[in-house]
Amino acid sequence: MAQTLYEKLWESHLVSTEGDGAGLIYVDRHLLHEVSTPQSFLALEKAGRSVRRPDSTLAVCDHAVPTRGRNLPIEDLQARAQVARLEQNTAAFGIPYIDLQDKRQGIVHVIGPELGFTLPGITLACSDSHTSTHGAFGALAFGIGASECAVILATQCLRQHQSKCMLVRLEGQVHNLVSPKDLALALIAAIRADGANGYAIEYAGSAVDAMTMEGRMTLCNMSIEAGARVGMVAPDETTFAYLKGRPMAPQGVMWDQAVAYWRTLKTDQNAVFDREVHLDAASVEPHVTWGTSPQDASPISSTIPDPESIADPFQRKRLSQALAYMGLTPGSRLDEIAIDKVFIGSCTNGRIEDLRAAAAISKGHSVAHGVTALVVPGSTQVKHQAEAEGLDRIFLDAGYQWREAGCSLCVAINDDRLAPGERCASTSNRNFEGRQGAGSRTHLMSPAMAAAAAITGHLVDVRKLAG
Amino acid sequence: MLEDDIDTDVIFPARFLLNMDKEGLGHYLFHDRRLAAEEKPGNVFVLDRPVFKNARILIAGANFGCGSSREQAVWTLKGAGFICVIAASFGEIFHANCFKNGLLPIVLPDETVSSLASQAEQGICFTVDLLTQTITVAGQPAINFSIDEQRRQSLLNGRDETDDILLGLADIEHFEAKHRSRQPWLFESA
Ligand code: SF4
Repeated sequence: MAQTLYEKLWESHLVSTEGDGAGLIYVDRHLLHEVSTPQSFLALEKAGRSVRRPDSTLAVCDHAVPTRGRNLPIEDLQARAQVARLEQNTAAFGIPYIDLQDKRQGIVHVIGPELGFTLPGITLACSDSHTSTHGAFGALAFGIGASECAVILATQCLRQHQSKCMLVRLEGQVHNLVSPKDLALALIAAIRADGANGYAIEYAGSAVDAMTMEGRMTLCNMSIEAGARVGMVAPDETTFAYLKGRPMAPQGVMWDQAVAYWRTLKTDQNAVFDREVHLDAASVEPHVTWGTSPQDASPISSTIPDPESIADPFQRKRLSQALAYMGLTPGSRLDEIAIDKVFIGSCTNGRIEDLRAAAAISKGHSVAHGVTALVVPGSTQVKHQAEAEGLDRIFLDAGYQWREAGCSLCVAINDDRLAPGERCASTSNRNFEGRQGAGSRTHLMSPAMAAAAAITGHLVDVRKLAG
Repeated sequence: MLEDDIDTDVIFPARFLLNMDKEGLGHYLFHDRRLAAEEKPGNVFVLDRPVFKNARILIAGANFGCGSSREQAVWTLKGAGFICVIAASFGEIFHANCFKNGLLPIVLPDETVSSLASQAEQGICFTVDLLTQTITVAGQPAINFSIDEQRRQSLLNGRDETDDILLGLADIEHFEAKHRSRQPWLFESA
């Protein structure tokens, strides 16, 4: 029977079926970070269990780490304790750990692919919802909770319910200042934040074929903002070229054998999806969000909608709460919203291409008066690469701060955060209330759009700026 | 919390994630929402209203618990005394996390959620029975809800999932051998 890529991966990792669409799934790769794992290790310790496959587990600190003064002890004592805890736990259980001084350090979802830890055809789990990112390689990758993390550590398996399959087709040639982030925001606005609940999304179509791995990762990363635990793209030559020679990717004969297998990983011609969504990628404009959910995204040329026009009472309530929180009035123009901060980084848009896109806009310009702008590379390798290309100079000359790698202002668990009421043009993935600090106001957008906002001091169509 | 798409950042703000405990997190529940409500004179946060003071069932809008996978969202609800959440739909990871911690998530149609909510507002109590999978409000026909049988059993018997999985250790080993022959590169030390 014709199968989707998701169904193939599900079947090839099924240890045993448990009826009702449930099964025990084998987990090939498991990523750990400091913030979501202390309770998981504690559970393991309490039960006196060991880790089944330390060799397929990898740990790194990214969420709570400061992005300045890396050689100093972490000032925040709780953060320092959390980092120390991961170090102790990984040492005690024999799990490979990348420390803060390591040049491989970075956000879990940036370093997995970068190191070749993430591969096509695998299952990959991490107690972090943006694990969907790794699906860009044709992997079945999903976020889990801390309890599930403990189960995987002990058994290398997880009970799961099989998802339904959704095909998202993105066709057409995208404008060169419109990025995968814009496509993701347009898609989420169209299908809503719960539109893909219960589904695994497969992205396909000419716009996806033409995308780099960085772009595909941005797209898959945002799947969870539409409710999908899994987002994926079938592996192709772009995927193989990205992975070849990565330190943890197979080498030599093994590489050839792997590629031969990876080439079989695609949805069969006659496979049936439970739902299909088509988006004309060529007509998508740069998008920004104005509310407190990623689905509150609109083309930059539009205005803020009126909650009163929404029929559903729970949605109306949500929207009025969102606009009150954001300090915005219905009917006002998006490109007139003034900002205080700019954040370029995160597992959505902290990769080298994202920095290149932002630098291309920033080159020869200055950050607007009164605006604080930050670049936080997604990994130390990205940082080094950017420095080798001179991107750091472009940012510094424009008045940006150039930081060390980490999650930083995406989640504001470390010391990077907005003051209450401050407004930020951000390349991250969530504009939830308080996400960038208590009372923070976040507008999501692409790196090029954020760089444009930094220059003008308000949200703006980057195409106007770059001509 | 009759608003759609309440995310886990609203339920448990990220900055408290530095706390490494799992118990005693109840006071962080809806922390910033509560604070914002208290700042308005004469205003009381919904969960602090006398009629809801000892509430153990939370009624919420659709897609409750979307966003981050943080299990603290469940731990804080449990810590605040909740044992059941009723909504039209849930964020998937939150939904899975509920079952690991004895919090029962019940999915009901929008209209039913609204009607239960308005009755709760009037201080009417109802009973949720996991054995019969029903919600009963005095003097009304019972409302049935469905729940995955295996998950229902695990809530009822509270068995340890890891123990259960390890009962099938032979299956796992068998799978690993087969998997290794198909994708040997996954078994070279990564
Ligand atoms: S960058 Fe943001 S979304 Fe990504 S892993 Fe870090 S905190 Fe999570």
